[in-house]
Amino acid sequence: MNERYELNKNLAQMLKGGVIMDVVNVEQAQIAEKAGAVAVMALERVPADIRKHGGVARMSDPKMIKEIKAAVSIPVMAKVRIGHFVEAQILEAIGIDYIDESEVLTPADEMFHINKHDFKVPFVCGARNLGEALRRIGEGASMIRTKGEAGTGNVVEAVRHMRTMMSEIRRLQNMPKEELMTAAKEMGAPYDLVVWVAEHGRLPVVNFAAGGIATPADAALMMQLGSDGVFVGSGIFKSSDPEKRARAIVKATTYYNDPKVLAEVSEDLGEAMYSLDVHQISKENLYAERGW
Amino acid sequence: MQNADGKGDKMINIGVLGLQGAVVEHMEKLQQINGVSPIKIKTKQEIESVHALIIPGGESTAIGKLMEDFNLMYIIADRIKKGMPVWGTCAGMILMAKKISNYHRTFLNVMDIKVKRNAYGSQLDSFRTTLRIPEVSDSEIPLVFIRAPYVEEVWNDVKILARVDDKIVACRQAHMLATSFHPELTDDMSFHKYFVEQMVIPVLNL
Repeated sequence: MNERYELNKNLAQMLKGGVIMDVVNVEQAQIAEKAGAVAVMALERVPADIRKHGGVARMSDPKMIKEIKAAVSIPVMAKVRIGHFVEAQILEAIGIDYIDESEVLTPADEMFHINKHDFKVPFVCGARNLGEALRRIGEGASMIRTKGEAGTGNVVEAVRHMRTMMSEIRRLQNMPKEELMTAAKEMGAPYDLVVWVAEHGRLPVVNFAAGGIATPADAALMMQLGSDGVFVGSGIFKSSDPEKRARAIVKATTYYNDPKVLAEVSEDLGEAMYSLDVHQISKENLYAERGW
Repeated sequence: MQNADGKGDKMINIGVLGLQGAVVEHMEKLQQINGVSPIKIKTKQEIESVHALIIPGGESTAIGKLMEDFNLMYIIADRIKKGMPVWGTCAGMILMAKKISNYHRTFLNVMDIKVKRNAYGSQLDSFRTTLRIPEVSDSEIPLVFIRAPYVEEVWNDVKILARVDDKIVACRQAHMLATSFHPELTDDMSFHKYFVEQMVIPVLNL
């Protein structure tokens, strides 16, 4: 189990500095791969559409996921509902490369997340702060992403979550050891992981940004704030020129600290996705509030 | 190299191609070798400034695309052809190969090997093993394979360094080294030392 967990963390390391793109069909997956995505997230509806259409959002049809797997050579990820371990069993059975236990889908369990240690296949989970990230890692997640607020095209929540995580990490680093148990209690995080973070000054797994990234500048902003890479959900295929925007976001993620490159790739991208002010969304429709 | 007092002569600048993937992991390894200064490489100017280059693991399609878009492909290939020591791990091996059996194109096109991408399957087929590789070290070396490629065929003066289950997973051709696995993900220093001591230092006039 331990060795498998290490290998799963290792795969996330290979994705660093890259962009993972939401795709809903084979054609989009191929566009994403060609644009330089390091992985694709196969799902039936991107978050912006889930938001629009409402209803219960579930794991995608395995047939569609298999078709995408067959069409690209980069890793394929897919989402399961929070707590829905049977959906996870199904994705493991079809040999998915990474499972996202995602708040974007309608939770199947409002109390408990999946015990990810039960699986060979790796999991990525969303988090709004360090305590939440460490709880998911404690359950066996081998990669973390900020929750942000998916399907809004608004980066404000991703920024909030990344800044929160980074500042909480810095706070732990400055604590004498005797304060760490209390910090663990207050954050609701496993003590051994709290100690690890205090010693190393980072999460024990790769940490990507997600939820609201719509432009190359958004991607570079998240990288400069310390994320290891970015997920782009609705931001690409809900924009007016997905191919061009996909390439631009890939470049911006690599050259995140080179404003000249950022200026170049930001030019003439057409319309960004339709976006939302998160303050206008009612509390029960905030995806980041799902999970604990 | 370095004097006993740690100051002194020239440092060996080893670049790690920093477009995408496990870049920091290689830098941290190189940091541990005396006299070596690791440099993250993203631009043409930076490539000109190094004595040797490591092309890390990551997604070969993504790294290849970025190399092309930022006009690094030709410059890197040219420096390799002129003798710059280079080591590709995993994706790096794919980028160096002259033939890729399951992909429609090649990238740097410098090494006489034919590789198969994702040769072992999905992430569930990623694995870890240990092996003694006499050319590199007397002790067993831990090998980590992540959605790894392997080499199907070599020609000319390519020397096979290691096989796992009959599959070629490490080989060297003069100043070029390619491994399917990731020494940067383990605590073992053998491959990084081998690259610096056997491949980089001998061709430098420091």
